[in-house]
Amino acid sequence: MSTKYSNMTVKAYRRENGRVGVRNHVLILPVDDISNAACEAVANNVKGTLAIPHAYGRLQFGEDLELHFRTMIGTGANPNVAAVVVIGIEPGWTKRIADGIRETGKPVAEFSIEQNGDFETIRRASWAAKDFVHKTSEYQREECSISELWVSTKCGESDTTTGLGSCPTVGNMYDKLLPEGITGFFGETSEITGAEHICQKRAINEEVGERWYKMWKAYQDDVIFAHQTDDLSDSQPTKGNIEGGLTTIEEKALGNLEKIGRTSQYIDILDPAEAPKSGNGLYFMDSSSAAAECVTLMAAGGAVIHTFPTGQGNVVGNPIVPVVKITANPRTVRTMSEHVDVDVSGILRREMTIDEAGDALIEMICRTANGRNTAAEALGHREFSMTKLYRSA
Amino acid sequence: MSEIPHLLVHEHADNVGVVVVEGLTAGTDMLCCVTHDNSTFRLTAGADVPIGHKIALKDLADGDTAIKYGEDIGKIIAEIPKGAHVHTHNCKTKRW
Repeated sequence: MSTKYSNMTVKAYRRENGRVGVRNHVLILPVDDISNAACEAVANNVKGTLAIPHAYGRLQFGEDLELHFRTMIGTGANPNVAAVVVIGIEPGWTKRIADGIRETGKPVAEFSIEQNGDFETIRRASWAAKDFVHKTSEYQREECSISELWVSTKCGESDTTTGLGSCPTVGNMYDKLLPEGITGFFGETSEITGAEHICQKRAINEEVGERWYKMWKAYQDDVIFAHQTDDLSDSQPTKGNIEGGLTTIEEKALGNLEKIGRTSQYIDILDPAEAPKSGNGLYFMDSSSAAAECVTLMAAGGAVIHTFPTGQGNVVGNPIVPVVKITANPRTVRTMSEHVDVDVSGILRREMTIDEAGDALIEMICRTANGRNTAAEALGHREFSMTKLYRSA
Repeated sequence: MSEIPHLLVHEHADNVGVVVVEGLTAGTDMLCCVTHDNSTFRLTAGADVPIGHKIALKDLADGDTAIKYGEDIGKIIAEIPKGAHVHTHNCKTKRW
């Protein structure tokens, strides 16, 4: 069935593997923490590049190491990235990450520091980065269907207004755009607690719902109950949530789940940072509820735009994915307007319907895809936070 | 709706609503709106309650369940008169 959303197009970058990106970054990617300095030096030498320093990559093992590789490769492979310079301390893991990104067909160059030192590595990597900037800065945006966008969501510094306004706005967007063929991501495993009976039923079928419940229950048992020292009353909900009027995790979860709207169903479950492989549709990603970690994981999964409802005013951004902030809280609009992309506070005044708010978000998604910088981009919010599962060896 | 509501309630089954205006003071004759069908009712605020915080729509007893979105959001742990502030001091999670 054709709708008013069916013919919407955006001007975006078509990558070598067919995916559509909305930004054109040349990424300088450290394999490990001790390669950050070289990456930052290259980014300083060559304008138009972006280094994303992080804290990990040494002596990890098992599933935690697999997650590290998935996050690194997924970040480099994201269609918002045009080309990548990978720098690691030694050639083995550096090659593994560079080869993983190369599968997309985009330009990748790799360098390792041992037997070269920072100076020689930075010199060589700077030449490669400069070549990539010349090459990719000539890439042109082309007309792409809105259905080709991969759009993620996660809310932050939630309050009671997120469940009333900004989360239903995202839900309305998904109800309208998922039938058009977009790919969506939601997650925040701990933050479904209290609404798990509803979330399980929103699976496409019973088998997927059962797998979802097992994943959620394992998180409860293996993470929360294994490590808790109190009732999480200062952590989940957060102090900011409580200041905003949220009292319990159940209340927070029910508001959170408004982000998948009235009719949307998820078709599969993803491990953290895993890319979807079951076709177009909505996916649940097993993920932290901490904003920067969750957005980083979904970006590594391939999302190119993130929709972020906030109540009290979470300011998070991401280095490679534009984060679109939506709030319904009039106090946040009044006191933190520099962080707000879509003001839906009219919902609380009953001046704006959820349907109108959803359309306003879709318009902002299109403008963002076309190149409009989000508030988080303009303010330099580039939080890149890796999820770590347990201590390194 | 010509008048801006002071309090929004998700579902008719709910026993708490959310203050959606800044600076609400005790004694205010609140316009309350159920978002499910935009029906309205009035209720007197029993306290100064900040924006985003909840107010009891009826008298609640220790041991009752707080209902919002038509769902269980936790247990009431003190007597709460209709119109009073409902938050962490008188409502707790049933989970962790």
